[in-house]
Amino acid sequence: MAVDPIHQFEIHNVFPITQIGTAQIHLTNSAIFMAISVGLTMLLLLGTTGSRRLVPTRMQSVAELTYELMANTLRNVTGDEGMKFFPFVFSLFMFILFANLIGLIPYGFTVTSHLIITAALALLVFFTVIIYGFWKNGLAWLKLFVPSGIPTFMIPLIVVIELLSFFSRPISHSVRLFANMLAGHITLKLVAGFIAMLGGVGFVGWLGAIAPLALTVALTALEFLVAALQAFVFAILTCIYLNDAIHPSHDPHPAH
Amino acid sequence: MAETSNAHTEAPSGGAKSFPPFESDTFASQLFWLGIAFVLLYVVMAKVALPRIAGIMAARRESVDRDLGAAAQLKADAEAALQAYEKTLAEARTRAQTLAGETRAKLNAEAEEARKELEAALHTKLAEAERTIADTKARAMSSVRGIASEAAGAIVGKLTGLAPAEHAVAEAVDAVLKR
Repeated sequence: MAVDPIHQFEIHNVFPITQIGTAQIHLTNSAIFMAISVGLTMLLLLGTTGSRRLVPTRMQSVAELTYELMANTLRNVTGDEGMKFFPFVFSLFMFILFANLIGLIPYGFTVTSHLIITAALALLVFFTVIIYGFWKNGLAWLKLFVPSGIPTFMIPLIVVIELLSFFSRPISHSVRLFANMLAGHITLKLVAGFIAMLGGVGFVGWLGAIAPLALTVALTALEFLVAALQAFVFAILTCIYLNDAIHPSHDPHPAH
Repeated sequence: MAETSNAHTEAPSGGAKSFPPFESDTFASQLFWLGIAFVLLYVVMAKVALPRIAGIMAARRESVDRDLGAAAQLKADAEAALQAYEKTLAEARTRAQTLAGETRAKLNAEAEEARKELEAALHTKLAEAERTIADTKARAMSSVRGIASEAAGAIVGKLTGLAPAEHAVAEAVDAVLKR
């Protein structure tokens, strides 16, 4: 009675939609959960703020809390100039947060447990940084890779290191979220699987299943923490990378 | 739980399964839906949700500032009113004291005047009385002298059987009286 911990990550095609080139586009379980993430985000931010109360309801407070959390994070990292990216960072945060959280519901699907999704989001950030960096600073943006105050003979080495670290950013950015979600869900499924396996043994098995049950409860709590934390980590790294596009010199941006 | 694991165990995958996140034939669908979902989310956030929340928070900040301003104004008004009240009270007290002082002085002066008048009248009366007493005394004294002279004359007459001269008796009485 083995449990397949990988099954939960399978993409099921519900029905085909169209074909782009050679690629078949299907409505998938992943797409449905993306829609739920987007829907819940909109529900939270639009549904609770409709009455525009000066004294907020509880849910309006939650919406305002997420707003202020991301606004303050972005402003602290990039200064006021970075606030034009606020909708972008906020959308990333809320999309990943809800994707991670609803993935924890049993029978759910975790959109962010697929590398293609996290890689797409990380590359979106990566190219936003490059395009905005050149658009705003011109070629001077390349100074990002040449820190000031370095001895001349060190510059080639430093530039290579800076370039390597810059181009490895989308990898670490995407793999961090993907691996956290994947590993968390596999662990949960394996530990929860022990409950079912032991339960099949009989009465002694039921007693023995108490331990994995307790562990599952604890792990679920931990995974909720990880879900929120990884969404926040993704967003704050986005802020840091965007700051490089806005302020390519390594000097700290002027305090606001 | 058992159902779940059964369902998972009986996954419809006959042969060697590949790891789902690396099944490249699902990438196109995922990216397609991710694009739609994220662009939709971004547009709604950027155009509707975030400006609305920013508006709510700005309105709240404004309202709080306005209320705080109004409260400060009211406090200042209350303090001004208190000061005005205290000033009025102090003025009233000063005026009351002045009035009381004046009244006291006036009453004192009147009383003094009345006393003086009374004293003057008493003096006059006293003087009159003294004069009356003096007159009476003088008259009495002259009467005493007459009586004494008569008595002395009578005594002398009785003792001696002679009628002394009236003015001689008077002289003798006067001499005795003067002693």
